[in-house]
Amino acid sequence: MFYREAGDFKTTYADDTQTFPIKFDRYRYYVVLAFAFGVIPFIINDYWANAVLLPFLIYAIAAIGLNILVGYAGQVSLGSGGFMAVGAYSTYKLMTSFPDVNIFFHVIIAGGITAIVGVLFGLPSLRIKGFYLAVSTLAAQFFLVWLFNRVPWFYNYSASGQISSPERTVFGYAVTGANAESWVAYLFCLVFVTISAIIARNLTRGASGRRWMAIRDMDIAAEIIGVNPLKAKLTAFAVSSFFIGIAGALFFAVYLGSAEVGDTFGTTKSFLLLFMVIIGGLGSIFGSFAGAAFLVVLPVLLKNVLVAGLGWPTDTAAHLEILIIGALIITFLIAEPHGLAQLWRVAKEKLRLWPFPH
Amino acid sequence: MKLKLATLALSAVMATGPVMAELVFPSLAYRTGPFAAGGIPFADGYSDYFSLLNARDGGIGGVMTAVPECETAYNTEKGVECYEALKGDGALVFQPLSTGITYQLIPKATADDIPMHTMGYGRTSAKNGKVFSHIFNYPVNYWDGASVGVSHFKDQAGGSLEGKKITLLHFNGSYGKEPIPTLEALAAQEGFDLTIIPIDYPGQEQKSQWLQIRREKPDYILFWGWGVMNQVAVQEAVNINYPMDQFMGIWWSGSENDVLPAGAGADGYKALAFHNVGNDFAVFGDIQKYVVDAGNAAGDGSNVGTVLYNRGVYAAFLAAEAAKGAQAASGTMDINASQMRDAMEALEITEAKMAAAGLSGFGPEFSVSCENHGGPGMAAVAQWNATDQKWSLITEFGPSDGSIVNPLIEADSAAYAAENNIAERCN
Repeated sequence: MFYREAGDFKTTYADDTQTFPIKFDRYRYYVVLAFAFGVIPFIINDYWANAVLLPFLIYAIAAIGLNILVGYAGQVSLGSGGFMAVGAYSTYKLMTSFPDVNIFFHVIIAGGITAIVGVLFGLPSLRIKGFYLAVSTLAAQFFLVWLFNRVPWFYNYSASGQISSPERTVFGYAVTGANAESWVAYLFCLVFVTISAIIARNLTRGASGRRWMAIRDMDIAAEIIGVNPLKAKLTAFAVSSFFIGIAGALFFAVYLGSAEVGDTFGTTKSFLLLFMVIIGGLGSIFGSFAGAAFLVVLPVLLKNVLVAGLGWPTDTAAHLEILIIGALIITFLIAEPHGLAQLWRVAKEKLRLWPFPH
Repeated sequence: MKLKLATLALSAVMATGPVMAELVFPSLAYRTGPFAAGGIPFADGYSDYFSLLNARDGGIGGVMTAVPECETAYNTEKGVECYEALKGDGALVFQPLSTGITYQLIPKATADDIPMHTMGYGRTSAKNGKVFSHIFNYPVNYWDGASVGVSHFKDQAGGSLEGKKITLLHFNGSYGKEPIPTLEALAAQEGFDLTIIPIDYPGQEQKSQWLQIRREKPDYILFWGWGVMNQVAVQEAVNINYPMDQFMGIWWSGSENDVLPAGAGADGYKALAFHNVGNDFAVFGDIQKYVVDAGNAAGDGSNVGTVLYNRGVYAAFLAAEAAKGAQAASGTMDINASQMRDAMEALEITEAKMAAAGLSGFGPEFSVSCENHGGPGMAAVAQWNATDQKWSLITEFGPSDGSIVNPLIEADSAAYAAENNIAERCN
């Protein structure tokens, strides 16, 4: 009933190979974009922006990046927290050294710097795989956190070691700093999310995506049929780190406003991103969004239900929150190891025929 | 049907009943995580003092107080979320009890016109009211503490620290790094060797740090820890037989639960203090009677009179006095955050006010001004007696070395003002 595919014929190759060939999917995508760009900025307030929407958007970009590396290219990485830190600190140094350049370009350049660092720490992937690669990327995480703690140049020699983002504007509206309005910050991040998702979707649908998936599925066979493993793995690290660096830059500059590397970009961040990608679904762009939503919205929802709704004491609620999320993660991995994206795929297949059974 | 309509009507009437005005003092507490050992007694003290005011005095100026709690687990993101959730309900002052969250909230609170009181923690240079209009850290800050600590060691060493070795053992976060510039300046001035040893979060594993201390044998150790790392550090010091009277913690590293686990070996451990210790004050009798015995205590009532509980009470007392000042200045009992900020800037704490609240002699007398949001910067040294299991002050409240501390505050606040284009006020 929802998917009316009868009579939907394609007459050009462009129509046939588009991302959303089915009309219902395509229109739904337009409606979501229209709602996100056209409705939410008018109804958003500070709490929703800072507690739910901004973290969701920013973690979605990071999850897209990590999904490309872990889900599409099959290279396990526990260094994403450190790469977000690289994005954040690059943005900070660029903002303070070149205050006249627009923050939009700073974020992109920070992504580029993170891509270079990512390629550097991705070099071990040419020799080791799986669990061992995870450990070496964990070393990257620890090294980067140590570096930003130890070398005072990165935090401009401040006494506390914290970096704070000064106020920057886009088209006259403040985007960073405390005076930034919530709808401006939201739209700024939304633009980055949309562009990142479109780029990621098209990269993964094209030749590079197929090269990455070939490496993931059986890298020796991929090499035999002509996929250059060096190029494929390093481009996976580069593209993934680019997105993670952009996410780190936005996380520091727009969402938090000030950061301290040990607290903000520690191993908990790396694991959080990995959980988002696993629960959302490896190898799926929608899965990155689903995982980010799950792990961002659920704790806030639980807190509001348990503390504000049921009136329980805050420490009981905080402990229960950890318990419930852990239990949900376990349940998910047992019931649906391919994540929320797989749930959606199955649902979509059924919906395409509904109300008919087959 | 009639009963259904009746109950609907009744609940509608009850729901739209008159909303009593309240003075809201949000508590960004952490009762979970590795710093919960410190966060719980402070949050209990803060909340219990306001419960006492409600029960005994009917609130402040006749208006009841409310202390909504939000769990931050010392995490900056949760701190931001708690701030955003609580700022809209008429919050008068925020006390995040975390230097990391403080840095986060400094620009936000200033933009939202809500004052923040970071009592003895946070960004030290916020003492400069000319740059930080909404941030107050009276009565003392970390640089004062470092200076007073070094002065005490100088007295202990017979008047000169030339050639001595002092180690700063600190939490590797913004809180622990705060005293480093002052200590480096003092090292240059007094002629001692400063070694800096960081402890990474959460600080439960300190074997390598104490091995280094055992090798280097510093003459004095200054300790900037919090939560679980305090207990571990004291235990490690006992293990290597370090002379406890040469080991001094900042005021956040000197409470009962930091020294009790180490037992008799912790006897003589010192800590800086900016308020009095013990439960020999009239207010605790009142809290026992009106709050704990009435079943309204925030915790289980067992930490009344402990160092961190006292600190929570002190923070609440200072906030309540500022609220009273705001009510007097504005002429209305139902004050807002902006009036609270003005009152905090004009706050004057005298012995008479402290005695009236049952806290006679609890802390030094001080006043806050537009330029000075940090008070007098006076601190004392307390020492732990393991036999009696009590902390007691062994010195009077003394000032810090202004010639070292003040230029550093000027420089740091000027850097902040330059980075964020803030014009100086109070002119």
